[in-house]
Parts: sequence; structure tokens; C-alpha cells
Amino acid sequence: MYRILKKQPLTSQVVLMEVEAPFVAGKCLPGQFIILRVNEQGERIPLTIADYNREKGSVTIIFQVVGKTTKLLSQVEEGGYISDFVGPLGSPSETEGFSRVAVIGGGLGCAIAYPQAKAIFQTGAQVDLIAGFRSKDFVILEEEMKACSTRFFLMSDDGSAGEKGLVTNKLEELILAGADYDRVIAIGPLVMMKFVSLLTKKYNIKTIVSMNPVMIDGTGMCGGCRLTVDGQTKFACVDGPDFDGHLVDFDEAIRRSKMYSHQERQSLENHACRMEGMK
Amino acid sequence: MDINKKTPMPEQPPEKRNKNFKEVALGYTEEMAKQEAMRCLNCKHQPCVSGCPVNVKIPEFIEMVKKGDFGGAYEKILETNSLPAVCGRVCPQENQCEARCVRAIKGEPVGIGRLERFVADWAMEHLFDKAQPAPSNGHRVAILGAGPAGLTCAGDLARLGYDVTIFEAFHQAGGVLVYGIPEFRLPKAIVAAEIEKLKEKGVKIQLNVVAGRSVLVDELLEQGYEAVFIGTGAGLPSFMNIEGENLNGVYSANEYLTRINLMKAYQDGFDTPIMKASRVAVVGGGNVAMDAARCAKRMGADVTVVYRRSEEEMPARKEEIHHAKEEGIQFKMLCSPVRILGDENGWVTGMECVEMELGEPDASGRRRPVEKPDSLFTLPVDSVIIAIGTSPNPILKQTTKGLQTDKRGCILVDEDTGLTSLTGVYAGGDAVTGAATVILAMGAGKQAAKAIHEFIKKKEKA
Ligand SMILES: Cc1cc2nc3c(=O)[nH]c(=O)nc-3n(C[C@H](O)[C@H](O)[C@H](O)COP(=O)(O)OP(=O)(O)OC[C@H]3O[C@@H](n4cnc5c(N)ncnc54)[C@H](O)[C@@H]3O)c2cc1C
Ligand SMILES: Cc1cc2nc3c(=O)[nH]c(=O)nc-3n(C[C@H](O)[C@H](O)[C@H](O)COP(=O)(O)OP(=O)(O)OC[C@H]3O[C@@H](n4cnc5c(N)ncnc54)[C@H](O)[C@@H]3O)c2cc1C
Ligand code: SF4
Ligand code: SF4
Ligand code: FES
Repeated sequence: MYRILKKQPLTSQVVLMEVEAPFVAGKCLPGQFIILRVNEQGERIPLTIADYNREKGSVTIIFQVVGKTTKLLSQVEEGGYISDFVGPLGSPSETEGFSRVAVIGGGLGCAIAYPQAKAIFQTGAQVDLIAGFRSKDFVILEEEMKACSTRFFLMSDDGSAGEKGLVTNKLEELILAGADYDRVIAIGPLVMMKFVSLLTKKYNIKTIVSMNPVMIDGTGMCGGCRLTVDGQTKFACVDGPDFDGHLVDFDEAIRRSKMYSHQERQSLENHACRMEGMK
Repeated sequence: MDINKKTPMPEQPPEKRNKNFKEVALGYTEEMAKQEAMRCLNCKHQPCVSGCPVNVKIPEFIEMVKKGDFGGAYEKILETNSLPAVCGRVCPQENQCEARCVRAIKGEPVGIGRLERFVADWAMEHLFDKAQPAPSNGHRVAILGAGPAGLTCAGDLARLGYDVTIFEAFHQAGGVLVYGIPEFRLPKAIVAAEIEKLKEKGVKIQLNVVAGRSVLVDELLEQGYEAVFIGTGAGLPSFMNIEGENLNGVYSANEYLTRINLMKAYQDGFDTPIMKASRVAVVGGGNVAMDAARCAKRMGADVTVVYRRSEEEMPARKEEIHHAKEEGIQFKMLCSPVRILGDENGWVTGMECVEMELGEPDASGRRRPVEKPDSLFTLPVDSVIIAIGTSPNPILKQTTKGLQTDKRGCILVDEDTGLTSLTGVYAGGDAVTGAATVILAMGAGKQAAKAIHEFIKKKEKA
């Protein structure tokens, strides 16, 4: 059992939790993730390690309530326990040896982009952080991201927070204004990562994306997380989750991400119905 | 009764069992067990024993069954085999103990596996004594992976008084016994009971720890574990590298079986989603393919097993092929997939195959299948499960400096001791051999436990 040391809502749909997990905290690096189960009947879901404290033996996760498991997780209170928490999984991100980097976070992707930006910023590199959200109600981690970037750009689809526009608009503007990036890191919805990659390909800037396919074991055992990169099959949980955005087959990944959407909706609806019944 | 035939074992009828996940074979009654035991000739030279990788004292335990001393028989088996309820069910006895049985010369061999299973089940029902931990000898050993290899090694060392901790990546111990082999062949309650016994003996199991990520081998040695045993299995699934393999509805057998067995996708109340396919093709001819096919059948699909060679060459146990056929699973032998077809949304619609014929024998002695000209045809299916083999997971190799492996990623060990290229680090089971059998993994765990004991004793004297 793993204890929830701290729980803090960031928006109405996004929650931060600090979990006691010494085995994970002792080893983890930015870019790695964990897999958890809330209870004995639960599904295994992957979440990125947003932060960690080695002395305390704790790991911070930030998650959005999108379906049944994340909903259940959001209902566990501070001091409560979840049944499984395994990691760190995946390969750490490359964070060293850069001088000018653009980090792009789309929506919840900011939770994954933030620890990477922080690690790169700490090496002394210049970090331009572009964070895009649907509207001001969805903005998370604004202060934290500002604190670990040289320049911070907040974008929203409707203009209700920061500038109106897409992250790709801002990125292209910065590139054209002469920001000479040696690396772009894009983390967010598949569609966003696809368009960032298409854009940077045009300008020939190496781009790393963080892929988040459905996972079960997270150790390279099931092959469920496979994607095509440069024409080859890769397992996101061991070979990734970071990949060269110019080589990823995004269209296939988008198709595969829809594999269980119907059943998941049902599982959440059933769950909601049962919850209603208990009132 | 025909003395040349095994006493039959009651089974669920095929048309009923292919709709449920309950155990297929129901086990002997006491009378049936005694009757079958009577067939054993108690041979002086004991050929059967040498066919068993852990040398179960077969005639001795069968003698006790004859006399109705089932408790004694259980003790006798436990002397060399720590998971008898499992082995009695899943050992390929026809190639091992039973293959050497004298009775097999004129008829069917003695049902050694069935008797072993009976004795173990009887003990589970009637013997309630908790095992006591052996007095501690003050030495600590770490075991990586809680499959049959790791569990056996841990059990043997605990019996000698070692303080043993198993580190397991999953949220449940048992390895392939829990996430691979389905409930209807090996009820999970039995695996859980065997693991409970090990815990009573003092073995500690630390779940949710991925060796090579959460802990490293050299760290364990620094932290005071005097030896490490690697039993992490062969979990990395192979794919065919043909077009369409990443379409929606294509699974590795590992993913499919894990979703069903470990995550219980077939039970209400569990959250794991699984696609409900109506027509499934399973590619492969081993136990894994049979299990995947029989699971898919139970999930309500029409199932066809597609295999490159002929039935003769199928590596699956004969009994499993027979069971699968009884349950209404189709077999397409001498047939090889070339491409998986999908619709505009990326869902599987069919699999293109070619027919094969057997040519000259290859290096393994099996006749090599070659493609028949103009034999391309399409199998209309909406799901494909690929069960063509696995190789060891690369995580440990990548994170353990100096650990030597072969080209396939199998850990290299000394044959007699299981010692790897690193001092104090031993390995065994599928991580060394590639996908093999439960009993061979257990044998390797045993051998390593013995070697670790000698290694630590020697160190102590020095
Ligand atoms: C490496 C990785 C890192 C991730 N990091 C974060 C993070 O830091 N914060 C965060 O909020 N989310 C993260 N996710 C996504 C998160 O795992 C899903 O939101 C979560 O699994 C949803 O589960 P659910 O039961 O609540 O929703 P469901 O109703 O089951 O599904 C909702 C959505 O989540 C996806 N999903 C469902 N199950 C899985 C699974 N086992 N693996 C991956 N995706 C799944 C589905 O494709 C679907 O689109 C990450 C995913 C991966 C692969
Ligand atoms: C579907 C299926 C059916 C089978 N049917 C039969 C049969 O009928 N008869 C038979 O004899 N054999 C059968 N086998 C083969 C048999 O199950 C295996 O040979 C045997 O389980 C190997 O044992 P093992 O202990 O080496 O590895 P495994 O059983 O694979 O156990 C390895 C364990 O290590 C864990 N692990 C992996 N990596 C790490 C890590 N980095 N850190 C910590 N833990 C880790 C895994 O989660 C797992 O629990 C079957 C296999 C499958 C897949
Ligand atoms: S362990 Fe397996 S091979 Fe050995 S006697 Fe039992 S069934 Fe036969
Ligand atoms: S070979 Fe067969 S008959 Fe002889 S002792 Fe072994 S089991 Fe009994
Ligand atoms: S999650 Fe199973 S192989 Fe990656």
C-alpha cells in the first residue's frame, strides 16, 4: 500500500498528489513514469513523475480526471492509500548539453513538460516555455513553469488566458524572430505533437515528443504500447516514452489511441450510475 | 478396467467449458487415485525419476498413495518439488517422467502428473499445519522475479535458514503462472496457496519493484545481500514484422493473456478493457497459442489457429491441442500470414495467408515449411493474436554492468551452478533458456539455491 502524503487540486479537473514510494523516489529522473492501481480491482494506469523528493522518499504526480481510474484516484484523500505504485519506468529524458531549448506543453502535457523544463533550466540553458490551454479554466502550473523558463508564453484557444492562438503559431513566430533552438521538446495531445513536429521539420530543428499509448505492464512484456518510429516497431514503455518527433508515425498512434474509447466510456458511465445509486 | 490405460480423469464437457473459465480437468477422487497408483510397478531402476527435471521420487510417493497415506506422499514429493499442485497440472509429462515409464511400452504410462496433482490438492484440503520458518542463519539473498524459477530458489534457500527477499515487478507474484497460463488450466487460487506456503516459510515478497529500474543488482550486493538470483523470465513478445501488425485488434499473446488472466478482463467488476472480437486468428503452435485460442473462445469468438508447420511439429502439449479441438477451435496447419488487412479506421478486417508445404529438414531436424505457389487467401477476422515466441526482457542487461548475455539476450550461466559472469549473481529459468517450461525453471532455481548455499558457506569459512 502506498500513502498519499499530499493532495491538491490544481483546477477542477487536475489534481496533484504526493505519494510515499521510496523505491521510485530513490531512482527516478525527469521523463520517467510510474504505473499505479488504485485498488485490487483497478486498471493499471501510467502517470508521469512530475517531481520527487529523495530524502522524503516521495513522488509527485499530476493527473487529469478523464475516466474511471483517474476519477477513483481523485477520490482518495490525503492520508489514504492506493494499492500499487511501481516505477520508475521508461528511459529518462535527455536534459543536458543544450544551450537554447523550446519546451512546449499542451494542456495536461504541461505536467509532463514541467519537470523536463526544470531539469534543462537548471543546467543553465535558455528555456522558452510555450504552454497552451483550451481556456483559462484549464490553466495549470503557471507559476511553476514561469519559475523554470527564461521566457514564458501562455496561449489559449479562446484568448481567455494569455495570448489567443495555438502553440505552433507562437513557436513559428519565435523561430522566425531568430530564436536559434538546438532542441524543441513537445508534450501534449498527439495532434499537437504531430503539428509541432511537422513545423520543426520544415526548419530542421530536432524535436523530441513524449508518447503516451495505452500501457499495461510498462516493462516491455505485453507489446500493447508499441508504435512505429522510423518504420520500426518500438515499445514506448522501454524504448521511450521520448522519441524523435520527425520519425514517429503519428497517424497510426492516433488510431491506436482510440482502441478502447467505447468500453472506457461505458466503464465510466457504469461507475457513475453505481455512484448515483449509492446516494 | 484396462490395465494398459490410465484411469480416466473427469472433465467438464467441452460444450459447457468453452463458455466458462473454470478448470477443465476436475481431478481424481481418492478411489481413482489408488486405482491409478496400482498400475505402478515400483520399478527398481526407476526410469521415470530420471525423466523428471527435479527428480521427484515417483515410485516412493506412488507406493504411499496405494496405501492411502496421502500426507506421506505429499511430504515425499515436497522433498524435491516445491510446487506440486502446479507441476501436476502443467508439466509436459508426456515428454518427461511419463515418457520413460515402463508401462508406456505396452500401453499408456502411469498418470504420474495426475497423481501428483491429486496428492497436492488433497494436502491443500486436509493439511492445515502452517509451515514454520527455519532458524535463521543470518545471511541475506535477493531474488529477482517471482515466477517458478525465483519462487523455487527462494523456497529452497528459506528452508536452509536464509533471509530471502523476492523483488517482483508486477502487483502479484507467480510470473507466467498468474499472467500467462489461464485459470481453466491452472486455477489462480492454487498458485496463491503455494505462494502463501512460501511466505509461511519466511520468504518476503516485495511487489511493484522493477529490478534494473527501482533497484540495481550492484546496489543489492552493496546493501548486504550476499547473493542475487535472477529469474525474470522471457517476457518480451516477438512480432512477425509484417504489414498491418499495429492495426487495432492485433495483440501479442502476452497482452491478450495478461488482460484476461492477471487483470481479469473476463470478470465483471474489473476495469480492464478487452476487445470483444467475433472472429479471431491465433498465430503460433505452442502452449501459449493454445491458451490464447481457448481464452478467445471463452470470450465468445470463433477461433482459428494458424500454424506454419504440420500438427506433428506443433510444440504445444498433445493434451492441450486435443482440448482445444474438442472445444471447437479450428486449426489451419501449413499456413503462414503475410499481411494483416484493416479498414479506413485502422481496425482489423482480415489476414492474408499463404499455404505452405514441408521441404527438407532444417538445422533443428524439423522439416522446413516452404511457400506453395499461388496459394494466397484471406481469412476474414476482426482480431489477430500473435503467439510466436518471446525473448528475455533487456532491462536488466542494460542496467547491470558486466552481465553477459547471448545474441538473443539470454543470460549466460555456468551449466552446473547457474552462476553468471558476475560473482555472487546467479540466474535461471526462461531468462537463461528463453521460453521453456515451468519444471525446467524450477529445476534451475533449485540448482542455483544449492550453488548459492555453497558459495556463501565457502565465503564464511574463508
Ligand atoms: C507514459 C505515460 C505518461 C502519462 N502521464 C500522465 C500524467 O502525468 N498525467 C495524466 O493525467 N495522464 C497521464 N497519462 C495518461 C493517463 O495514463 C490516462 O489519462 C489514464 O490512463 C486514464 O485512465 P482512466 O481510467 O481515468 O480513463 P479511461 O476512461 O480509461 O481512458 C481515458 C483516456 O486515457 C487513455 N488511457 C486509458 N488507459 C490507459 C493506459 N493504461 N495507459 C495509457 N493511456 C490510457 C485512453 O486512451 C483514453 O483516451 C500518461 C500516459 C502515459 C502512457
Ligand atoms: C501462456 C503460456 C502457457 C504456458 N504453458 C505451459 C505449460 O503448460 N507447461 C509448462 O511447463 N510451461 C508452460 N509455459 C512456460 C512456463 O510458464 C515458463 O517457462 C515458466 O513460467 C518460466 O519461469 P520463470 O520463473 O523463468 O519466468 P516467469 O514465469 O516469466 O517469471 C518471471 C517473473 O519475473 C518478473 N520480472 C520480469 N522482469 C522483472 C524485473 N526487471 N524486476 C522484477 N521482476 C521482474 C515477472 O513479472 C515474472 O513475475 C507457458 C507459458 C506461457 C506464456
Ligand atoms: S514434476 Fe513434472 S516431470 Fe516431475 S514427476 Fe511431476 S509431473 Fe513429472
Ligand atoms: S516407470 Fe512407471 S511403473 Fe515404473 S516406477 Fe516409474 S511410474 Fe511406476
Ligand atoms: S506497456 Fe506492455 S510492453 Fe509497454
